[in-house]
Amino acid sequence: MRRRNGLRIFSITPSMTPVGTLGTGLKRQFAIAERRGHFRALLLILPLFLFIVVTFAAPVIMLLTNAVHDPSIAETLPLTVAELKNWDGKDTPSESVYAALVQDFNKAKEANTAALIGKRLNYEVAGVRSKVIASVNKAANISAPPYKEQMIKADKIWGDKLIWSKIKQSGKSLTDFYVLRSLDLQRSGDGNIAAVPKSQAVYLTVLWRTFYISSLVTLITLAMAYPVAFMLAHAPARLSNILLIFVLVPFWTSLLVRSTAWYVLLQDNGPVNDLIQGFHFTDEPFKLIFSRFGTVTAMVHIQLPFTLLPIYSVMKNISPSYMRAARSLGGGPFYSFFRVYLPLTLPGIGAGCLLTFILSLGYYITPALVGGASDQMVSGIIASAMNQENNWGKASALSAILLVATMVLFFVYNRLVGIDKMKFG
Amino acid sequence: MSCKCVVKNKPGEQYTRLFRAINWEEVMNKKLLSAVALMAALTLPALAADSVTVVSWGGAYQDSVRKAFFEPFMKETSDKIVEEEFNGEIAKIRAMVDSNNVTWDVVENDSMTTIAACAEGIVEKIDWDKLGLKRDEFISADASECVVPSILYATVLAYDSTKVKEAPTSVTAFFDLEKFPGKRGLQKSPFVNLEWALVADGVDIKDVYSVLATPEGVDRAFAKLDTIKKDVVWWEAGAQPPQLLSDGQVVLTSAWNGRIYKAAKEDKKPFVVLWDHQALDWQGWNVVKGAKNRDAAYRFIAFAGRPDRQADQTNYISYGPGNKEAIKNTNPSITPDLPTSPDNMKTAFIINASFWADNLDTLRERFNVWVAQ
Repeated sequence: MRRRNGLRIFSITPSMTPVGTLGTGLKRQFAIAERRGHFRALLLILPLFLFIVVTFAAPVIMLLTNAVHDPSIAETLPLTVAELKNWDGKDTPSESVYAALVQDFNKAKEANTAALIGKRLNYEVAGVRSKVIASVNKAANISAPPYKEQMIKADKIWGDKLIWSKIKQSGKSLTDFYVLRSLDLQRSGDGNIAAVPKSQAVYLTVLWRTFYISSLVTLITLAMAYPVAFMLAHAPARLSNILLIFVLVPFWTSLLVRSTAWYVLLQDNGPVNDLIQGFHFTDEPFKLIFSRFGTVTAMVHIQLPFTLLPIYSVMKNISPSYMRAARSLGGGPFYSFFRVYLPLTLPGIGAGCLLTFILSLGYYITPALVGGASDQMVSGIIASAMNQENNWGKASALSAILLVATMVLFFVYNRLVGIDKMKFG
Repeated sequence: MSCKCVVKNKPGEQYTRLFRAINWEEVMNKKLLSAVALMAALTLPALAADSVTVVSWGGAYQDSVRKAFFEPFMKETSDKIVEEEFNGEIAKIRAMVDSNNVTWDVVENDSMTTIAACAEGIVEKIDWDKLGLKRDEFISADASECVVPSILYATVLAYDSTKVKEAPTSVTAFFDLEKFPGKRGLQKSPFVNLEWALVADGVDIKDVYSVLATPEGVDRAFAKLDTIKKDVVWWEAGAQPPQLLSDGQVVLTSAWNGRIYKAAKEDKKPFVVLWDHQALDWQGWNVVKGAKNRDAAYRFIAFAGRPDRQADQTNYISYGPGNKEAIKNTNPSITPDLPTSPDNMKTAFIINASFWADNLDTLRERFNVWVAQ
């Protein structure tokens, strides 16, 4: 344990050595040698650095840009978007806008992008997808003015101001649509930000739930891991090695296998419920699975080693003489523990809890297997937006929000506790 | 965990800290990466000249596809089939096409996914001349230019006959918690559930989609679902409902009819299909845009569309063949279990793919909100 204040006074730093007196030549040689050493050290980490950039950082950044960058309307309806720049939004747009729309639609029909336009506008105005696609087909038959009249005849959505303001808004490639929706907000027709109707507001609830479940799991694992880590660190070596294997075997088992095992254990006719009913506590099976209880139980089981191991390795390095000294100076067992031992283990607690909390935020398969519908966490929603809905903007926006929230927490943690106090062992 | 490093507080430390945080996520991601690398290593040699990658829906259904199509196809031709499975995730197809790295050739998609994928241009229009099959012999082949229909499947209600005192006979029974107490399984998705909720609430099946097109109709459907919500267990993969039934986790459940048939027939489970208001839908073979083995893909689809092959599939699972000619050759013993049998068709309805194509986004969002409350 190195303390920031105190120890520094005694440590010898290069600036304190009398190098200067030996002449500048030697000083420069020393600096060059030092720099070369640094450079060689950097070369060693270069492969890993490149690997992370290519396989991790770059794809993540590329995907996250989907959250604010959606050029689909700007690319498919360029003329219309340009014409709409002068539209004041008070009434339906002028004839020239409709003429541009017909032109854009004819291009879209050739390029087979009608579905793309329909899909994007359907996010903004519910239920217009097929009307837009049909209008694209009908626009092919419109060859002469008046375009406005004919387009409105083709479908009356084109006589509605709403769709035009939405085209204008989504015509900018840089969009806040997905981020706002992920926070249960949207822009109304006149461009002001407002809350979405209650029947569509889900994401804040799910984000909040994700952080709540993660905190709960972190606290429970801490309460369970601390005494076990203490026992492991203080038991005789042979016993503690055997006990450590009990901790590590589940750690090495796949997450999916453990989640599935909990599914079997917790079901209504599963072993746990059989046991409870065998004691005649109750006739009805307890609702262990498809509930918050099931989710938290399985997650605690999976995360326990992540919290435990850093605490254990910190405890292992605490000299027993500290506690002996505290006791011999007259501290009672509790007082000595809380004043001496507990503060010494704080770096391990910090590391273990942060690790568990951040990993818990990304849980996806466990809540889906043993959780109920009201236990789904944000990763589940991201997966569904990605896989089922094919809405990558939404998936990216939710991911970005989760990432930013995690980073904010990380920096708050750093401010309060200090990352330098964290010890993984 | 043996690193005994305490980080000293130096200027510029912020960045090191940030990297440390990211590295821990990397620990998780490495698993994924190595899995992907391994998969790539395993599948690459298999993508040699005469092999075609076919993707279907896994579980009992994939078994039937393997027996009726994959194995005889490989016996009859020199082509090789690499089989994969998925759960209808259209994004996987889109990702391949967008990144120009198409590893799937043939995908079996349901009606809604086919229509969406065809409109987005990530699956190809079928060249029926090249295929050598007659388009008009197929059920619903005109619904999309991108599909060769393979089966008609039904989403039905099913129950465990040993767990109910009295046999339920209708969709209304599914919503009747007093007469039929116990947990219910439903697919975690708005479609079919909303239709059934309206039917149980007294709407005639002919009017269901016009009622559902109004906000009041949607409210009404959700209000009906509210009455059973606390007893619903939501499933996502087709293999789950038979499992939930046999675990005793639910008494009644919605399911794809073939999965229940298979559990009842082969695993001798006491499961019964309730054909009232079965929701019919077709699915079929799509060729992924830019498929690397297009010729082999067409050879496979032509083979799988043959009436004798289609008839053979009904020996393994009870879905209606997409080729109308196949019905002549099917084993008569399976007829009562097919969704297309006249007795089962009395109150059946066809899922309105165009309604759902327009309203899925909105209704799914509403459904997600409702389910998460």
